[in-house]
Amino acid sequence: MELPAHSAFIVAAYAATIVVVIGLIAWVMADYRAQQRVLEELEARGLGRKPSKAA
Amino acid sequence: MALIDLANPSRFLALVGRVLPWLVGATVIAFVVGIALVFAAPDDYQQGATVKIMFVHVPPAILASVIWGVMTVAALGTLVWRHPLADVAAKTAAPIGAAFTFLCLFAGSMWGRPMWGTYWVWDARLTSVLVMFLMYLGLIALWHTVEDPARAARAAAVLTLVGALNLPIIKFSVDWWNTLHQGTSLFRLEGPSIHPSILAPLLVMLLAFGLLFVTLHLAAMRNEILRRRVRTLRLLQAHGA
Repeated sequence: MELPAHSAFIVAAYAATIVVVIGLIAWVMADYRAQQRVLEELEARGLGRKPSKAA
Repeated sequence: MALIDLANPSRFLALVGRVLPWLVGATVIAFVVGIALVFAAPDDYQQGATVKIMFVHVPPAILASVIWGVMTVAALGTLVWRHPLADVAAKTAAPIGAAFTFLCLFAGSMWGRPMWGTYWVWDARLTSVLVMFLMYLGLIALWHTVEDPARAARAAAVLTLVGALNLPIIKFSVDWWNTLHQGTSLFRLEGPSIHPSILAPLLVMLLAFGLLFVTLHLAAMRNEILRRRVRTLRLLQAHGA
């Protein structure tokens, strides 16, 4: 199969799009995990835990 | 639920937790349909297959300006209405806007080389978008430079409002000046000048990128709220020690 003319430019544009979109998704997911982990550590030390309701 | 109810970060987090899975699903579906339509779209009679670059150039270009518009509303929310989530929205939109602006510039340059014979020209459209990209980077730097979120929010809001002056320049640059960049072909009073076989995938890709922005933005806002909780707890810990 013959590649279309200027295919390198088309591939470069789509490759950059894929890298940037995956990078954004990875950034958001990694940041969420990091914040959750720190919050859990702080709560394990008794900080920020909501008082339990009296029975 | 009224907008004011979302001023409560806990309510906002609960809402994000409910809508995020649906948004992720909608984004994936939109991209799958969009990419299928892109593959099925015919080559342009003049530009050949390079017209396919348009599908990853135009949506990020439109969203780059839309995101600055979102940050402008958020800046007003910070300075005028003092909405507690306004600066969270502004801060988290900036990196996404910068990434989309970079994509617009990079894909545009990949399109420009075979069509214009050059990667870059200092015409009004390209230069005004580059200015927006640099202002995005400036905003991100500002957020990271000022440690107190409230002070950073006010400074960033002012810079955002100044940068908003660039939005009409970007939009009308192709009308006001003689640019190498083509004129408006999508959002025109007379309707789009693009053939339906290419317009349909373009609009679906625009929807997909739009959904991607909303999804990423809400997820990033959730992260920022958690980060501020962490900061508050650490300050409490430091004061209690």
